[in-house]
Amino acid sequence: MNPALLMLSSSTLVHLSPVDLVIIVFYFALVLGIGLYLKEQANTGEDFFMAGREMTAWVAGLAFLSANLGSLELMGWAGNSYKYGILAAHWYWIGAIPSMLFLALVMMPFYYVCKTHSVPGYLKLRFGVGAQAISSISFAVMTVLMSGINMYAMAVVMKVVLGWNMHFSIWVSAGTVAVYVALGGLRSAIFNEVLQFFLIWAGALLIPILGLIEAGGWNGLQAKILQNLTELHMANPGSYTHLWSTLGNFNDNPMGINWAGIVFGLGAVIAMGYWTTDFLVVQRVLAAKDLRSAELAPIIGAAFKMCVPFIVILPGLLGLALLRDPHTGQLIRLVPADVAWSPAGQAQGLHGYDEVLPLMLARYCGPGLLGLGITALIAGFMSGMAGNVSAFTTVWTYDIYGTLINKNATDDFKVKMGRWVTVIGVIVSIFTAYIAAGKPSIMDYVQSLFSFFIAPLFGTVLLGMLWKRATPAGGWTGLLAGTLSSVGMYAWVKLDPNAVRYVALSMDAQDQAQNMFRALWCCLICIIVTVVVSMLTKPKPDSELKDVVYGLTPIPKVEHVSIFHSPIFWGVVVAVIFIVLQIIFW
Amino acid sequence: MKTGSHLSIWFFTGICLGVNGAFIVAQGIYEAIYPPVEKVVLSQLHANIWWGAVLLILGLLFCVRFSPARERARLEGK
Repeated sequence: MNPALLMLSSSTLVHLSPVDLVIIVFYFALVLGIGLYLKEQANTGEDFFMAGREMTAWVAGLAFLSANLGSLELMGWAGNSYKYGILAAHWYWIGAIPSMLFLALVMMPFYYVCKTHSVPGYLKLRFGVGAQAISSISFAVMTVLMSGINMYAMAVVMKVVLGWNMHFSIWVSAGTVAVYVALGGLRSAIFNEVLQFFLIWAGALLIPILGLIEAGGWNGLQAKILQNLTELHMANPGSYTHLWSTLGNFNDNPMGINWAGIVFGLGAVIAMGYWTTDFLVVQRVLAAKDLRSAELAPIIGAAFKMCVPFIVILPGLLGLALLRDPHTGQLIRLVPADVAWSPAGQAQGLHGYDEVLPLMLARYCGPGLLGLGITALIAGFMSGMAGNVSAFTTVWTYDIYGTLINKNATDDFKVKMGRWVTVIGVIVSIFTAYIAAGKPSIMDYVQSLFSFFIAPLFGTVLLGMLWKRATPAGGWTGLLAGTLSSVGMYAWVKLDPNAVRYVALSMDAQDQAQNMFRALWCCLICIIVTVVVSMLTKPKPDSELKDVVYGLTPIPKVEHVSIFHSPIFWGVVVAVIFIVLQIIFW
Repeated sequence: MKTGSHLSIWFFTGICLGVNGAFIVAQGIYEAIYPPVEKVVLSQLHANIWWGAVLLILGLLFCVRFSPARERARLEGK
C-alpha cells in the first residue's frame, strides 16, 4: 500500500497555533511580492536567465549554497546522522569543501571567461553539439523529475508533520513557485534562496543550542549516545561520534564504508561532480557580476557549508541521545521509513529516521518558533523546486530549443519562452509528483539516475578544461560510457545483491557506500574512454579551443585588491578550518 | 547588492527577519504572562523571547542599513 495513503490515517507530529499560521502566510505573501517587484527587471535574456550577471559575491555565494540546502537535504541528512552517526558530516565537509574550493579557484575562470549560459553550453563550446545534447537532455529530464519528486516529498512531510492535505501542499507550493520564477526569472529564484538561507538558520539554529544545553555539552552528548546505543545492543556504539578513526575497516562503522570510499568516491568524484558540474548550483555562481565575485562566491558558500552540520548533523545525534518516551522513560528508537509507515508501524506509533528533525523541532519550539521552523522547511522545499525549474528553463531555452530546434530565436522570444517554460516545467513537475505518489520506489530510481549522470560528467568537464588533446568524439563517448556503466552497475546489484562485493568491495556496504564506489568506477570509465577515443581521433585546432581550455585561455587579471578581498586568501582560510575540524572530530 | 532598483535583497531579508522576530517575541511575552498548559522542553529558558529579540534586532539592522533611501543615495553617488 502507498505510504502516503497510510499516513492519511496517522496522527501528526505537531499542531500549529494561529501565530504559526500567520508566520507561514507572511512568508508566502513576501515571496510573491518579491516576484512581482522583480518582474520589471527581467526583460532581456541575460536578466531572466542569468540575473543580469550582476550578483555580488555574497548573494551568489549564499544562493549557491541554498540551492543545495533544501528541506529534503536537511531532514534526510539529519535522519542519516541518526542512522550513521557523525559519519554523515562527511557529506558536508570532505564531500563539499574541497570541491567548492576547486570550483572557485580552478574551474570558475573557464566557466566565466567563456560566458556560457550553462554547463551543457560549455560542453558545446568544448566538445560540440553531441556532448551538449546528451548533457542537456539528461539534465532537463532529470531536473524536472527531481522537482516533481521533491514536491511530492514536501507534500508527504507536510502530511506527516502537520496533517495537511497533500493536494493542497502540492498545488499551493507549485503555484507560488511558478508565479515568482515566471515573473522574475533567475533573479527571483536567487532572492528567495537568500531569504531561505536566513530562514533556515533562524528556524533551525535553536535546536542544537537548546539540545546541547539539555545534553550537557558535547561531552555529555557523546556519553549519552554511548550509553543509549549500548543499552540497545548496537554494534560499534563508540563509532557514532568519530569522523575518521572508524574508517579503517568496512565493518567498524555503521555505514559499512572505508576511508577510500569516502576520500575517492565521495570527495574526489561525487562531490567534485556535483559542486563543479551540476548546473543547478553552478548557475548561481555564473550570475556573479565579475570574475573575482564568481571566485569568491563558492568560497563564501564553503565557509557556511562547514557550519551546516551544526543544524543538520547535531540534531540527528541529539535525537540518538535524548529522545525518550515522556511517560515510560524508554528510549525512542527511530526506524526505516517503510517500517514506520507500515500498518504495524503506524499502530505502534513508530517514527522514521527522517522525522528526527521535526521531532526535535517539536521538542524545543513552542508557538511562533514552531511556525518559523516549519516556514524554514517550506522555504527550503520551494527554493529547491525553484532552483530546479529555473535551471531547467535555461537549459531548455538555450541548449535544447536554441541549439537543436531554432538557432535563430530572438532574445525577446527567449524571454517569453522562458516564462512559459517555467509554467510548463512546474506543471510537468506536478504530474511527476503524482506519478511518484503512485510508485514510491520511483524516488529512489530517479535520484540514482541523477547521480549516474553527475559523476561521469565531472570526468568529461575536467578533461575538457585541463587537457586540450581531448576530442569531441572522446568527450561524448566518454560521457555516454560513464553514464551507461553506472546504470549497469546499479542494475547488476539490483538483480544480484551479491554483486555488491564487487561494486562496493564489501558485502557490508550500505546504500551510501554503494553510491560512492559506483560513482568512482563510472568516473574512471568515463576518463579512460575519453582518453582512449581522443588519442584515436583528430583534436580540434588550438584556435577553436581559446577561452575553454587551460593553457589557451587568457585569465583576466584580477584588479589589485587587498589580501582580505583575495579569493586565494579566503580559500586558504576555509581549507585550514576544514582540516582543523577533521582533527577535532577525528 | 545592486539590483538595478532601490530595493536590495538584504532589505527584504530584514523585513522577513524583523516581522518574524516581532511575532515570536510577542508570543513569548504572552506565554510568560499566561503560561501554556503544554510546555516544550526547556520552556523555562523562554527561548522565544530572546531568540525572537535576536531576529527582530537583526531584521531592524538590515532594514536600516539597506533601506530604500540609503540604496538610492548610494546608487546616485556612484
